Amino acid sequence: MIVKVIEFIGAVIEKPALGMGRIVLLLVSILRGMLKPPFEIRNIIGQMLEVGVNSLPVVLITAIATGMVLALHMYTGFSRFGAEGLVGTVVALSMTREFGPVLAALVVAGRAGAAMAAELGTMKVTEQIDALETLAVNPVKYLVVPRFLAGLIMLPALTIITDIVGILGGYFVNVVLLGTSSKSYLRATWDFLQMEDIYNGMIKACFFGAAFTLISCYKGFYTSGGAEGVGRATTGAVVYSFMTILISDYFLSAWLFR
Amino acid sequence: MIEFRDVHKSFEDNNVLQGLNLNVDKGESIVVIGGSGTGKSVLLKHVIGLMNPDNGAVYVDSNSISEMNEDGLNQLRKKFGMLFQSSALFDSMTVWENVGFALKRHTSMSESDVKELSSEKLKMVGLVGIEDDMPAQLSGGMRKRVGLARAIAMNPEILLYDEPTTGLDPINAEVINDLIIKMNEELNVTSVTITHDMKSAYKIADTIAMLYNGVIISRGTPEEIRNTTDPVVRQFIEGKASGPISVEGIDK
Ligand SMILES: Nc1ncnc2c1ncn2[C@@H]1O[C@H](COP(=O)(O)OP(=O)(O)O)[C@@H](O)[C@H]1O
Ligand SMILES: [Mg+2]
Repeated sequence: MIVKVIEFIGAVIEKPALGMGRIVLLLVSILRGMLKPPFEIRNIIGQMLEVGVNSLPVVLITAIATGMVLALHMYTGFSRFGAEGLVGTVVALSMTREFGPVLAALVVAGRAGAAMAAELGTMKVTEQIDALETLAVNPVKYLVVPRFLAGLIMLPALTIITDIVGILGGYFVNVVLLGTSSKSYLRATWDFLQMEDIYNGMIKACFFGAAFTLISCYKGFYTSGGAEGVGRATTGAVVYSFMTILISDYFLSAWLFR
Repeated sequence: MIEFRDVHKSFEDNNVLQGLNLNVDKGESIVVIGGSGTGKSVLLKHVIGLMNPDNGAVYVDSNSISEMNEDGLNQLRKKFGMLFQSSALFDSMTVWENVGFALKRHTSMSESDVKELSSEKLKMVGLVGIEDDMPAQLSGGMRKRVGLARAIAMNPEILLYDEPTTGLDPINAEVINDLIIKMNEELNVTSVTITHDMKSAYKIADTIAMLYNGVIISRGTPEEIRNTTDPVVRQFIEGKASGPISVEGIDK
């Protein structure tokens, strides 16, 4: 009986434990690959464009829509107890601390992360990754490091843009549509916003960028089972990236904004 | 030059290699035959360190592959060329970038020199004027030949071919056979070829070895294999459905 229970527990945790072990090993190889020349400058730039620039349109739309709807709800809600004057503050704090990093991360993980898993997964099942190795090229260094760096660098950059565009969206709704005076809205925005809000948001973004690229590349790298396997890897990459971003967001916030 | 010593390899409870011994001399062209799923590709991947044995060891130039560090292994891999079953061309790169990939990374040649040398290698496999095409535009036979050009780009000492003629029409298969023979003669390489195409095996082999149940059960010159009395080998080379080799799901 007890043996059965232990066997059952073992069977349940075996796969996740194996996955965690492999992810940690992948992270170690990434860090080692980052420090060792040759540096894959061309691949890094290519991935930065892919992750950063190509995600920009979706990020912009998401940011402006969120800023606008946030300002709208805050205005109608706060007017119930005469606190319309605080809308700018709430929009600015929510965008920089929370919506900037999280929305940018979700958009980029859904777009670029899925593409990473699909691309690496296809390369895996068509033996292109094996071929790289036989040509004396370390596939982690050649394929994964540039994607990891692109996530780490571009997500904070996209976060700043999301912050600014979101705040502008709030400004537009409040000032242009609802008639708050521009001066008092801007004052509400600036007076309570601290540098800490912005750079803590950026720290979150760095973490999310590292996490979703690591997860997506891991899923791609360990793909098996042909086209169906690539589909599974892609879905898995997006689901696990989203889960990781949303769950870690709470803990990061609790830790950063003590 | 290449030696398998008591190599075991399993995937979960699938025991693929079960104490395999095999010796390949310098300059020899060995062909390993065996049914689908018997572990031929697994065997080949052990030679170049894409897989490591669970037990036993694979030696290349008397170095145990699994005990080498990454730099040592990469140094060694530059002496190898491998043609994959599926060609495994990089589909984000043009044909010449595929062929010149290792040259660009491991030599100080300029881009234009790499392109020129890639064209030369492509000419060796009978391909002209497709340098700037993408792999997706090519037929299966052409992809195999581009894969071969990529494998020989760094003038390797050892060539590994995984089912070079599988999936090709008889004429293209013959073209590949001739190319393999030409490489062996002109470049004076050692080669390990995996196949279940007996016509091809007789043609390109100095030695034929048969993989069955995870070990090499028979090894000899093409002539010896052709005249063997071993019932398993006979059944395989004659392509009979009935005999000692069981096919999953078929009762005899
Ligand atoms: N990476 C792997 N993971 C799990 N099983 C594998 C792997 N590679 C090969 N196998 C299994 O090993 C056996 C031999 O495969 P392979 O060497 O590809 O056969 P073939 O002789 O047709 O080339 C098959 O049963 C296959 O499923
Ligand atoms: Mg095979």
